[in-house]
Amino acid sequence: MAASISLHLIGSAQLAARARVATSESRLVRWTLIFVAFLFLVFFLFMPLAIVFTSALSKGLSTYFAAFREPDALSAIRLTLLAAGIAVPLNLIFGIAASWAIAKFDFLGKSLLVTLIDLPFSVSPVVSGLIYVLLFGLQGLLGPWLAAHDIKIIFAVPGIVLATIFVTFPFVARELIPLIQAQGIEEEEAALTLGASGWQTFWRVTLPNIKWGLLYGVILCNARAMGEFGAVSVVSGHIRGRTNTMPLHIEILYNEYQFQAAFAVASLLALLALVTLIAKSAVEWKAKQENSQPHGRDLTPDHQGFLL
Amino acid sequence: MTFKQRSILPGFGLTLGFTLTYLSLIVLIPLSATFLKASSLSWAAFWHIVTSPRALASYRLTFGASLIAALINLFFGMLLAWVLVRYNFPGKKIFDSMVDLPFALPTAVAGIALTTIYSTHGWVGRYLDSIGIKAAYSPLGVVIALTFIGLPFVVRTVQPVLEDLDKEMEEAAASLGANRWQTFSRVILPSVAPAALTGFTMAFARAIGEYGSVVFISGNMPMKTEITPLLIITKLEQYDYAGATAIAVVMLVFSFTMLLAINLLQKWSSRHHHSGGTPEVVEGEALHAPVYAEA
Amino acid sequence: MKRVSLMLALLFALSLSSAAQNVTLLNVSYDPTRELYQDYNAAFARYWKAKSGQTVNIQQSHGGSSKQARAVIDGLEADVVTLALAYDIDAISERAHLLPANWQSRLPNNSSPYTSTIIFLVRKGNPKQIKDWDDLVRPGIAIITPNPKTSGGARWNYLGAWGYAFKKNGGDENKAKEFMSKLYKNVPVLDSGARGATTTFVERGMGDVLIAWENEVLLGAKDLGQDKFDIVVPSISILCEPTVSLVDKVADKKGTRAVAQAYLEYLYSPEGQEIAAKRYYRPRSEAVARKYGNQFPKVKLFTLAEIIGDWQKTNKIHFADGGLFDQIYQPQ
Repeated sequence: MAASISLHLIGSAQLAARARVATSESRLVRWTLIFVAFLFLVFFLFMPLAIVFTSALSKGLSTYFAAFREPDALSAIRLTLLAAGIAVPLNLIFGIAASWAIAKFDFLGKSLLVTLIDLPFSVSPVVSGLIYVLLFGLQGLLGPWLAAHDIKIIFAVPGIVLATIFVTFPFVARELIPLIQAQGIEEEEAALTLGASGWQTFWRVTLPNIKWGLLYGVILCNARAMGEFGAVSVVSGHIRGRTNTMPLHIEILYNEYQFQAAFAVASLLALLALVTLIAKSAVEWKAKQENSQPHGRDLTPDHQGFLL
Repeated sequence: MTFKQRSILPGFGLTLGFTLTYLSLIVLIPLSATFLKASSLSWAAFWHIVTSPRALASYRLTFGASLIAALINLFFGMLLAWVLVRYNFPGKKIFDSMVDLPFALPTAVAGIALTTIYSTHGWVGRYLDSIGIKAAYSPLGVVIALTFIGLPFVVRTVQPVLEDLDKEMEEAAASLGANRWQTFSRVILPSVAPAALTGFTMAFARAIGEYGSVVFISGNMPMKTEITPLLIITKLEQYDYAGATAIAVVMLVFSFTMLLAINLLQKWSSRHHHSGGTPEVVEGEALHAPVYAEA
Repeated sequence: MKRVSLMLALLFALSLSSAAQNVTLLNVSYDPTRELYQDYNAAFARYWKAKSGQTVNIQQSHGGSSKQARAVIDGLEADVVTLALAYDIDAISERAHLLPANWQSRLPNNSSPYTSTIIFLVRKGNPKQIKDWDDLVRPGIAIITPNPKTSGGARWNYLGAWGYAFKKNGGDENKAKEFMSKLYKNVPVLDSGARGATTTFVERGMGDVLIAWENEVLLGAKDLGQDKFDIVVPSISILCEPTVSLVDKVADKKGTRAVAQAYLEYLYSPEGQEIAAKRYYRPRSEAVARKYGNQFPKVKLFTLAEIIGDWQKTNKIHFADGGLFDQIYQPQ
């Protein structure tokens, strides 16, 4: 505000024009920057993506689709969907609970808690697989007990699900914490003062405010859950048709010199990535649109309606 | 914004309780198994393993390559964020959504694809080879893979800050005779610096643990292109669980310290530097106060 | 969520129905045996159905040999293991006590139903004139071989080279060591597995020569394009003996001992031997060996026992931390 007032005070049209020139770059600089950014993306993003699709389609469409009709491929797709189908909802619930506790309240050791939630994100996938082997493996802490009770965790579906949960652990919480923090607590307080119960407040006040961020977190969480390789590889046991996920199936095909089929399955994951990205853009666009409405964050008419 | 006001909200016990339980089950208990395993080693044996020449060489490569990759991402990430926020050009939307690709593409696929491109017969590798640069199967290959992995972080942390940045500040600076570079380095850069630093640290932390994409492109030579996660695998393949765990503990402690630093940094920067766009920023920016006074 | 619960129900139903009358075996094996066991499992299932009336369903798991052994140690419930080295099965016995220490004496030929050796694959026309192990240590030769620390095949490669140098220098270990050091100076990439190394050589165009399993090279030559590569057979090489064993504790727990035992024994039958030979493993049976004689190049073979001794000793001297292989890479 101060800046526009000072500009006004100076009152010189000439000066204002000079300011406009000086707040953007010359065409040459602009296009150079765009070009450099473009080159960077070409070398690091477009080319890998292009390799995946050209290799996948190198033997024609019919061979491309044949890669998905194989029973092992189908079972890998099923297992991947199953693991993501369990991991994502669990991490969603966790993300909501954690962000509520962290963003709405102050307590001792909050930074430590946030750091611990973030930890799986930077732990090497190799290590995240290893920790489950050390815990549930036959030579591990709980291994003998599990074996005695005939409970299988690693080298079976539960282990794969656990590893998937671990690597995608922070995604939803990480997305929600800053969002809820920015949201403040006045709206919830108002709702509570007016007699709404805690759950009502959450469902009707908090959730509508965070739904787009929530969806974005879920989308990223899902993409990572389906694509995880390192951690799942350590706990899978690689039993064909049983404990191979899509990324593991890709590795197997690659090791069988079936490069085209490997890339065909990989292209499915790349397609998933692209769909994810499109969905994400749509979510962001929608969220932006809602936020730009005049009363985006204040007590909007429909909120008031609920309160009355 | 005082503690008292906050306390009237319900659900603290329930949500924190659930958070801690879930966190313990999925993360803390399994992690403590690792520390328990490592504690079966004597301190001297532990120290001997984690400071062996090969382990040291792998830390050097892992941390060095991650640092270089994060620096590349810091520079190009800011550039990308700038271009995406400030300029209009055809295909901008596609550019923007592509940035997240490394989050979503399985790392093994990324590794295979990058190796195909950068090995001596690849699309790019053959030209690099003809000018004497070996990209795949060298430390450079490790940097390439880690750059790919960390690409979205700086872009995604800087982007919102740039979007919220008050253009009037730039106009003010310009009207007072600052040239574009001065405006950029004195006004814009300080505002995005905390976000860029966060993105940089996240890219760095992520790169250190990366395995899937690197093993394909690195060449895996002991002492030369062997990353620390591969050393863990190598130890495991020799049934050396204690050795593998010892190195895993070193990595865990480092990751934890890094993340704690990021979180404290974020806390610090949000206290000193409320996210842009609000009047608070203008008031809080000590740098600009004298500028306005002169005006 | 609906789809997930439906899938869960389906999986559950499937697992119930298969448990009723069929018997399921899990064979945990190493990388290059995929094609072999694909054929063999079908043949054995037919044989077992005819013999006992039981339908046997054999599941396969493949990966690096030590990685697979480690999975079994950590609880992967393999009824049988068919691995690249006796050392890896020793590890299962030693660390998890899932099978007795004398496992290797339970089946004929030291529990090794088929063998192989180590040979070279070079680029078409052999432009670098690589004929024998000696040519590998010439300056300017790029050799592709995987990491012996993580790959079973790579250990055989290493031991083939060691055996050649050891024998050539009349048992002088220092000279052999010097030879190995020169050889590994020529290795630009150490893939973590044998299949990865083949891909690096064939698909990435790296290196002048690939050191590999004979069965892999003979199989690969067909799959990867005969017009691009030549096979080179060195003057002498090592007799590789991949070994197989029942995992007693798992088989007893699952009640599959009889069928698992039959599964391994059938590998020694004429049909089993013939399937191995068709997939380019050297059969033990002399009759089958004669029949497929033309398929395998003539090469003088030495055994591990002749050059070093048993696997425990081999591992301690060469592959353990600080062993000879590590010394090659130690900064001087």
